[in-house]
Amino acid sequence: MLLIPCPWCGPRDESEFHYGGQAHVAYPADPSALSDEEWARYLFFRDNPKGRFAERWNHTAGCRRWFNAVRDTATNEIQAREVTA
Amino acid sequence: MAERLSPLARFTPVTTDDLRIAEVPFLTQVNLRVDPKSGAAADIGLALGAPLPTGPGTYASATGYDVLWLGPDEWLVVGAQGHDVEGVIRAAAGDAHVGVTDVSAQRTVVAVDGRRSRDLLAHGCALDLHPRVFGPGRCAQTMLARAQVVLTARESDEFRVFVRSSFAGYLAAWLLDAAVEYLPDGPVTSR
Repeated sequence: MLLIPCPWCGPRDESEFHYGGQAHVAYPADPSALSDEEWARYLFFRDNPKGRFAERWNHTAGCRRWFNAVRDTATNEIQAREVTA
Repeated sequence: MAERLSPLARFTPVTTDDLRIAEVPFLTQVNLRVDPKSGAAADIGLALGAPLPTGPGTYASATGYDVLWLGPDEWLVVGAQGHDVEGVIRAAAGDAHVGVTDVSAQRTVVAVDGRRSRDLLAHGCALDLHPRVFGPGRCAQTMLARAQVVLTARESDEFRVFVRSSFAGYLAAWLLDAAVEYLPDGPVTSR
């Protein structure tokens, strides 16, 4: 079980959180201009690094806020986190 | 008018020297969403008699109200049964941009009190409940025995567990089961 530091509530068990996938995936500026392939790439393609990975988490069983965290996928060490609007 | 039944109306309270478990039914609970930096937040704090707490995991007690921090712009205001908490907040907020929702029926409250209260809750709660960390004035939204709860720590080892009405029966049964080792007469048979 990971111990995830919620920026508001402090360290909590992983089971209190919902995973939101890769962070900083920007919505296309003009979605209608994309080809099917580009749209599929936006929807379904995500990085899968071994090492530092910025991802979104939601503290569903606590304050219910979204935040971003940088997690090392090899060691599960959480190195940084930020509050998102 | 039909008789109003609380979610734990059939629950037999536990009353021993070391541990007391009882429902506190029908408290008025109002969910409040407002920008903490706005004038409305200050006005609501004045009306309730205590500023809205801005520290995560804390609650403020005023005469007749507890104001629990739920999020950076979200609070749970708890008042006595039948008290028009929503009206007080709406009157203080005026036309300001606030969200006020009566959620009294969403949760019921279980009071866990006595010397063994921390030991009992620790059976199903991953938080550190030591008084140094989770003393009077602290509150937390977390999981207790896999049920989502809001916990508040009060004076002299008393805790209030806010639990969803549909989970209340399960949680009460779990509390009785976890409490067996602290009860002189062994298991309690709940109806």
